[in-house]
Amino acid sequence: MQEATMSFKARAKEALADPTLKIAIDRTTGTAERKRAVAMTQFPQFEAARERGKRIKDHVIANLDHYLLEFERNAIASGAKVHWARTAEEASQIVVRLCKEAGAKRVTRVKSMLGEEIGLPHALDEAGIERVETDLAEHIVQLGGDRPSHIVWPSMHRTREQVSEMFKRLHRAPHQEETIEAMVDSARRELRDKFLTADVAISGANFLVADTGATCTVTNEGNAELTTTPPRVHIVTAGIEKLVPSTEHALLLLRLLVRSATGADVTQYTTFHCGPKQTGDRDGPEEFHIVLVDNGRTRMLREGMKEMLRCIRCGACMNHCVVFRQLGGHVYGGTYPGPMGAVLTPVFDGLESSRDLPHACTMNGKCQEVCPVAIPLPTLLRGWRDRSWREGLEPATVRFGLGIHTFVASRPRLYRLGTAIAIRVMRLFSRGGLVKGMPGLGAWTAYREFPAPAKRTFMEMYKDQEKGQ
Amino acid sequence: MTTTLKQIGAFSSPPRVGLFVTCLVDAMRPSVGFATLKLLRDAGCRVEVPDAQTCCGQPAFNSGDTADAAVLARHFIETFEGYDYVVAPSGSCVGMTRAHYAEALADDPAWAERARRLGERTYELMSFLVDVMHFAPADVKLDTSFTYHDSCSGLRELGVHDQPRALLDKVSGLTLKPLEGNDVCCGFGGTFCVKYPAISNAVVGEKADAIDRSGASLLLGGDLGCLMNMAGKLKRKGSSVRSFHAAEVLAGMAGGPAIGEER
Repeated sequence: MQEATMSFKARAKEALADPTLKIAIDRTTGTAERKRAVAMTQFPQFEAARERGKRIKDHVIANLDHYLLEFERNAIASGAKVHWARTAEEASQIVVRLCKEAGAKRVTRVKSMLGEEIGLPHALDEAGIERVETDLAEHIVQLGGDRPSHIVWPSMHRTREQVSEMFKRLHRAPHQEETIEAMVDSARRELRDKFLTADVAISGANFLVADTGATCTVTNEGNAELTTTPPRVHIVTAGIEKLVPSTEHALLLLRLLVRSATGADVTQYTTFHCGPKQTGDRDGPEEFHIVLVDNGRTRMLREGMKEMLRCIRCGACMNHCVVFRQLGGHVYGGTYPGPMGAVLTPVFDGLESSRDLPHACTMNGKCQEVCPVAIPLPTLLRGWRDRSWREGLEPATVRFGLGIHTFVASRPRLYRLGTAIAIRVMRLFSRGGLVKGMPGLGAWTAYREFPAPAKRTFMEMYKDQEKGQ
Repeated sequence: MTTTLKQIGAFSSPPRVGLFVTCLVDAMRPSVGFATLKLLRDAGCRVEVPDAQTCCGQPAFNSGDTADAAVLARHFIETFEGYDYVVAPSGSCVGMTRAHYAEALADDPAWAERARRLGERTYELMSFLVDVMHFAPADVKLDTSFTYHDSCSGLRELGVHDQPRALLDKVSGLTLKPLEGNDVCCGFGGTFCVKYPAISNAVVGEKADAIDRSGASLLLGGDLGCLMNMAGKLKRKGSSVRSFHAAEVLAGMAGGPAIGEER
């Protein structure tokens, strides 16, 4: 536990000392925040849509068994093969097996956080299958050999200047100009033949539509369409919480998702995949597989975290989080960063190794305010703190300190005495209105001044006034 | 419902208000307590300061120590439930009692119900003065400019935003200079600021820069914890902005040293 505490803080320290990272974070999250704010002014029905979105997700989650079976039935009727995975390992093993059965040497992937969650990039690499990330940001992450740092902008941690340098160094036919168009062209040249020669396409899903059996992906680059069309086999991996009753429900949630994520009205590409190529179709995969992943979701349902299953992965919570905006995503250590990641990572990785995440939060409530499905993120984070306390994971010093505090604070006379003594001790260290060099205050005074207390407490002075009257 | 009681003359006698000074004001800045006392009296309340008051229990609650938070919640309820209203010069402590006591006492329905009933009568100072007492300060003058930071608990748990501005608008000579990111957390977060001091520092550093950019002479707010954090950072970076609790200005008691100045 000590090591985990150290490593979060050590990672945070490293991130805080990296001015280029801060520029990168501010550019992306700042733009996202501004664009969302503009989108909200043009979306007067936001509160009503948010309430409906929340109700749709709550309804599906309360009737998960019903909608899962309906989805499976309709997906099978459309010609899809449906696979069920209880854990991350099972899910990635199913995908690797399907790739092997298809004789795949090269697979193309559409960005999917669920894929990251189940460790798919690693599993494919281990199996010796060439993995091509086709989302531009994921392509940057793959070139850099690191991990996504944001669920919508995975390469947010790199500035465009860094990306330009990387492309020049690693692309086969790199651009010579510094413009964004030239960089995109360079990536296009790098990826185009891989799109066309891949054996298997792997995507996630933003929605699973129960009454049609279709899966839905949204992108702004069109890479999902180009990825999933040429190969013979298309595999979709999706968390079971992605279910919606019908296409209409998916579209309502899509309005919330896109405005909250990028501030746009709609994504450039919204594609529904429904089964493999049918007779008469000009294109499409011959095999269409859907892997439905639990990986802790039913446990969240049982353990009082069902609100978190509403999450539609828009990233608004992290864009508006003061902690995320200082640290970026890698410091969080899990698949998902920011407030939603601080709730989810303890589910996937266990609380003991991730107990810092729910604690490294000021409980300011901004994430809940911007969440398009009104997830009470601070309440869920406090729930983890409560559990961490009950499971004895909190440091002995904190337990001891709070124990003493409660003992004293439930005895008013003792509390009055304690406060009166404490301020007098503080005043021994006070100079010019500030407390200087007092043992125990270092965490505060290392970074900012600690204002000195008054000579006497309010209660002391008030009692004197009362006596005088 | 309470907002209309005074309008319709439902107060046959002045409301009896229990003042919860808060632990920080008691220990660190008593002048905020006296300013609050004056404002409540000017607004026509009969104010009492119960001697048994201590801490609302928020540090324990936010640390996950729900059992200790429940002990202090019960103590708070016993201390204050005899009053018509409970008022504190802090959105954070009032947010704890109004929004979280029922959670802390969830295992005990009778206490949770007492918490809920007391919560309905517990107010942050600015919102109590405006929403319940329909009070406006008279004859307060201060020739300077200020910027205002909206502390998170008051803003998001209690909807305190317009009330302090409406009150400060009545102070003659005082002009508001908008604060960029006025609703963005200052990085205090209670125990957060000492558990994760480096992160807290990065957040309050940006806040202090924004306060300086506002061009205001004073920083005002409604929560002493946040104000000590911001004032401490402003002092460290050598800013000339002076920090006060809004109650001190409204009570005409901002003539003395600001937060972090020699007294």
